[in-house]
Amino acid sequence: MNTVVAGITYRALLGRRRIVLLLLLPMALLGLALLLRLMGSDDQRSTMLLMQNFAIGTMLPLLGLIAGTGVIAPEIDDGTIIHLMSKPISRPVIAQTKFLVAASLLAVFAAVPTYVAAWLLVGNEDAIAPGFAVGALVAGIAYAAVFLLLGVVTRHAVTIGIVYALVWEGLVGGFVPGARKFSVQQWAQSIADQISTSPFLKADVTLGFAVPALVIVTVVAVLWAGQRLRVLSLTGDE
Amino acid sequence: MKIELAQVSRWYGNVVAVNDVTMTIGPGVTGLLGPNGAGKSTLLHMMAGFLAPSNGTVTLDGTRVWKNHQVYRHIGLVPEREGVYGFLTGWQFVLSAARLHGLPDPVEAARKALATVEMEEPKDRRVETYSKGMRQRVKVAAALVHDPPVLLLDEPFNGMDPRQRLHLMDLIRSMGAAGKTILFSSHILEEVERVAQHIEVLVAGRHAASGDFREIRRLMTDRPHLFRIRSSDDRRLAAALMLDDSAGGVSLGPDGLEVRAVEFRGFARLLPRVARTEGISLHEVSPADEDLESVFSYLINRSS
Repeated sequence: MNTVVAGITYRALLGRRRIVLLLLLPMALLGLALLLRLMGSDDQRSTMLLMQNFAIGTMLPLLGLIAGTGVIAPEIDDGTIIHLMSKPISRPVIAQTKFLVAASLLAVFAAVPTYVAAWLLVGNEDAIAPGFAVGALVAGIAYAAVFLLLGVVTRHAVTIGIVYALVWEGLVGGFVPGARKFSVQQWAQSIADQISTSPFLKADVTLGFAVPALVIVTVVAVLWAGQRLRVLSLTGDE
Repeated sequence: MKIELAQVSRWYGNVVAVNDVTMTIGPGVTGLLGPNGAGKSTLLHMMAGFLAPSNGTVTLDGTRVWKNHQVYRHIGLVPEREGVYGFLTGWQFVLSAARLHGLPDPVEAARKALATVEMEEPKDRRVETYSKGMRQRVKVAAALVHDPPVLLLDEPFNGMDPRQRLHLMDLIRSMGAAGKTILFSSHILEEVERVAQHIEVLVAGRHAASGDFREIRRLMTDRPHLFRIRSSDDRRLAAALMLDDSAGGVSLGPDGLEVRAVEFRGFARLLPRVARTEGISLHEVSPADEDLESVFSYLINRSS
């Protein structure tokens, strides 16, 4: 962890228009929660639908994409990364710092709003709100790592990320039962299910699979991103 | 400190950007001269550890540069691409460089570096409000902040106004005189000549010439020159020119004469003399191959 790298990265992500992107989806989530509450649908079933389909199913991967690629891809694109890379700091440390920044942003912009939205609907009933908040936090950390890696490896990180988040997680995970095992969102739900006692929540993937999977994906992605950054080639305009 | 390149090549797929270059850059100022697209940036990026050589090695005092972030304790790098966070002020940018280097007194180091490039006054403005020359100067300040013994600059004078250019030239010269190893790339001979004691010429990825600037200048002016001439009587002029040794070949076309001058200075004296004695008026005398590319291609052919 390097504080100067972290400081510059936070400023790049929060100081400009990107913060609007980071705020848009959580605002939508809170707006939907309020709407449901005002319409009197503040029961466990609608909470579950909102959490699974919007908080974990839509907002989390998209925010993961914005934060995870946002901490590094624009810098690689415009060449500003050279400022960090031409210093006596190991490249894996740069990657790890960027990962921590992305993970912390997801905690603030994804996990916290997830808790608040669920709490607005059902309070702390059956530990639904804390369950989904922790699920979003852990899955957010994994997404931060995966999308950071994607941002280092390819210049088309956003496109590939969207295809992954929507097609794989959304469609394949939804229709092909076996593929669900390999979905960050399903792992998030396993954790939520573990914490929550609500009968409406039923995770497909066991905790025994989800937790090691989350840890392995996160660690491997961060280490890999560090290695890729070590051999990142920058070329001039010619 | 010394940068050594040993049989360095770099290719992208089938395209060879740098072809078997061996050179040593020692203390003092070295200019890396070559036309656009010659592979100067590629070579510089390999020296700076931002690109792996496809073949050969790049070392700094014997230690390999690629995948070795410790070399940046000794190298200051001024990239050609912007490479500056627009949302930071000049001060914050240079200070961040000092902190990233882990300097004991980053504030003082940043202050000194900004003073060196005369950027104290606009230092509290955001970099995105700077002119290209000002950006170039904060980049130089950031590269100098840890007082590195080696400085690599990629086209440092691009976008600078004449006064800034002179100032940076003085700065580079004085740092070179102080014993730093400085390499800068440029496609402009005059620029290189004014700053560098030593010149390395790169053409189409190949190391075409190497030497002190007088030597390079001589190589470039003593080559055969091609002139296109239009006059009141092309045929008679052609015949008269052919009598002298300094005109190597003359061809007569519908657009006038093309004369290959073997010896530049001799031909420059010959042409007006012949025209006067023959009573021919010259309408146009233009060098047909005066562009840098053909000068360089001459060097390449000569060296191979």
